[in-house]
Amino acid sequence: MSGVTLKNTIKKYGDIQVVHGIDLEVEHGEFCVFVGPSGCGKSTLLRMIAGLEETTAGQINIGARDVTRLDPSDRGVAMVFQTYALYPHMTVQDNMGFGLKMNGHPKAEIAAKVAEASRILKLDEYLSRKPAALSGGQRQRVSIGRAIVRGPEVFLFDEPLSNLDAELRVEMRVEIARLHKEIGATMIYVTHDQVEAMTLADKIVVLRKGVIEQVGAPMDLYRDPDNKFVAGFIGSPAMNFMAGEIANGTVAVPGMKAHFDLGVTSHSGPVTVGMRAEHLVVDADGDTHTVDLTESLGGVSYVYLLGDTGERIVIEERGDQRSRLGDRVGITIDANRVYLFDAKTEARIRT
Amino acid sequence: MNPVFQGLLTILIGVGGIFAYFVLSNMLLDKVLFPAKGPNASRNINRANLIRPWLFLAPTIIALSLYLVYPVIGSFIRSLYNRSGDQFIGFGNYSSLIASPDFRTAFMNNVLWALFVPAVSTFLGLVIAQLTDKLSWGNIAKSIIFMPMAISFVGASLIWKFVYAIDPNLGIINAIRASMGLNPLDVLQLAFWNNFFLMAILIWVQTGFAMVILSAALRGIPEETIEAAVIDGANPFQIFMKIQVPQVTGTIVVVWTTTTILVLKVFDIVYAMTGGNFNTQILPSYMMQFMFRDDGRATAVAIVIMLIVTPVMIQNIIQARKEMR
Repeated sequence: MSGVTLKNTIKKYGDIQVVHGIDLEVEHGEFCVFVGPSGCGKSTLLRMIAGLEETTAGQINIGARDVTRLDPSDRGVAMVFQTYALYPHMTVQDNMGFGLKMNGHPKAEIAAKVAEASRILKLDEYLSRKPAALSGGQRQRVSIGRAIVRGPEVFLFDEPLSNLDAELRVEMRVEIARLHKEIGATMIYVTHDQVEAMTLADKIVVLRKGVIEQVGAPMDLYRDPDNKFVAGFIGSPAMNFMAGEIANGTVAVPGMKAHFDLGVTSHSGPVTVGMRAEHLVVDADGDTHTVDLTESLGGVSYVYLLGDTGERIVIEERGDQRSRLGDRVGITIDANRVYLFDAKTEARIRT
Repeated sequence: MNPVFQGLLTILIGVGGIFAYFVLSNMLLDKVLFPAKGPNASRNINRANLIRPWLFLAPTIIALSLYLVYPVIGSFIRSLYNRSGDQFIGFGNYSSLIASPDFRTAFMNNVLWALFVPAVSTFLGLVIAQLTDKLSWGNIAKSIIFMPMAISFVGASLIWKFVYAIDPNLGIINAIRASMGLNPLDVLQLAFWNNFFLMAILIWVQTGFAMVILSAALRGIPEETIEAAVIDGANPFQIFMKIQVPQVTGTIVVVWTTTTILVLKVFDIVYAMTGGNFNTQILPSYMMQFMFRDDGRATAVAIVIMLIVTPVMIQNIIQARKEMR
């Protein structure tokens, strides 16, 4: 068993604390994605697990072992870097075999493991090339190969696709998912791209400012976010937010000229109302919004609306009837699809 | 006229003149010869761009040919004449050089210098650059090690004359020997080893240069490759030897060859320390011995030095160009 457990882990640089007591359990064989905006501490957390950053306080376990104070090479982890971090003076083969060579494995064994990794990643024809003669995608594959060869208990990925162009990114994403299925090892993956998080993860950890905002399966986070930040971060296009007010269990949304009788008893006063683009419907008879911009992707269109109250809204449209630029419209939504958040604490108000 | 004023005026005319040359010649080309307007505008622009590099390179080319190419050819011709310069003797100077035991000593010593000094100063520079990199007081240490670079070779020689002094109250070597109850020793007269005591001076001066260049190169290595090696289980020594050094090989070669070229030019140290006595002669100081007394021989030595330097120089330029890409 080689899950990863973090217990109240803290990272400080001098007096500045950047990771504030993270508790997390990553199961054996799980694909766990740390996601969050830049500066949220996700890379720092990953580097703490790798041992590249010292853990100021708390405990990190891999399997049953406490690795908090172990050297990176003794932790049984392998890391894939955003910049690939290949050794430029070594061939692909030597790059992949370097770790085993440093640990004194016999040559025959190294060759066998490199051959196995190169077969999985289809790198056979590049083995004697140097990294400079490879494309970005190939380099990242070598970098992944180097991780596989060491046979680690835990794979760590630090934004591995950020340096690739859009098309390759999709391709490599699929490849990493396939790899996880094939190897079945625990993987922890850091990204700022919520699409990567949604498509790859068994478990997503949303981080902000060194604190976990929510942990859960991708669709759970999407359907049932704990707070406004997670709701806005997960899902594309991002969730729409409008100002609203609860009075006597009924939510009034002035921007839509609408009331939702949700029977909220726990709360009253100003709230933030969240609505997903695919749940909103354009009401041609309404008169609260102007169509500011439309993006037609074929199957769907995204309609950007500017409300009379100054709030911007994105709606997803399907079917034959699509809004046109400059139209005056209203918007409606099924009351069950409305998310409510406390206007101050941004916490979810569940109904 | 006051000489200070004269000097300032010269600088002003020199710098201003070059500046004016670039601006005015460029203006002449663009505005008068090939103006970028009228029916032939695009043809004129292309022509002006063909001529411009030559225009800007002209001062350098003229200065280099006047002060570098001409003297080399002139020296070579002079080396084919006898002592007084009025009789052509072919390669007579060269054959008498080869026959001379002094020349052979100087040549062999110079080989020793050219191997030892670049090797040691590059090695020390590399090690110091690495060791001082992560230290809080590393920059102070580096500044101190770099300082001798600012001292002239004669100045450095004078300083080291004290280090090597026979009087135990002055020289550190003899102070140590005296404390152990040994008799004072003139290390500059110590056969064969005295060469290394002289080389130490140049190494002391040159290590700072190697350290600064290699320190910059080491910092240019992507941090992630080192982190990847840490995770791969390499220890600090393996990281240095197998990850860092191979990534700065190009710079090491440049530093090494640059120092080699310098070694083949430095005569001051030998000249000031021993005057070439006690079998410490090297080619540049050997040349100095004949200068103004037998210019035929002196220029022959100069040509020999140039022949030795040229391949190193070419290698240096090739490597430096590769580095820039």
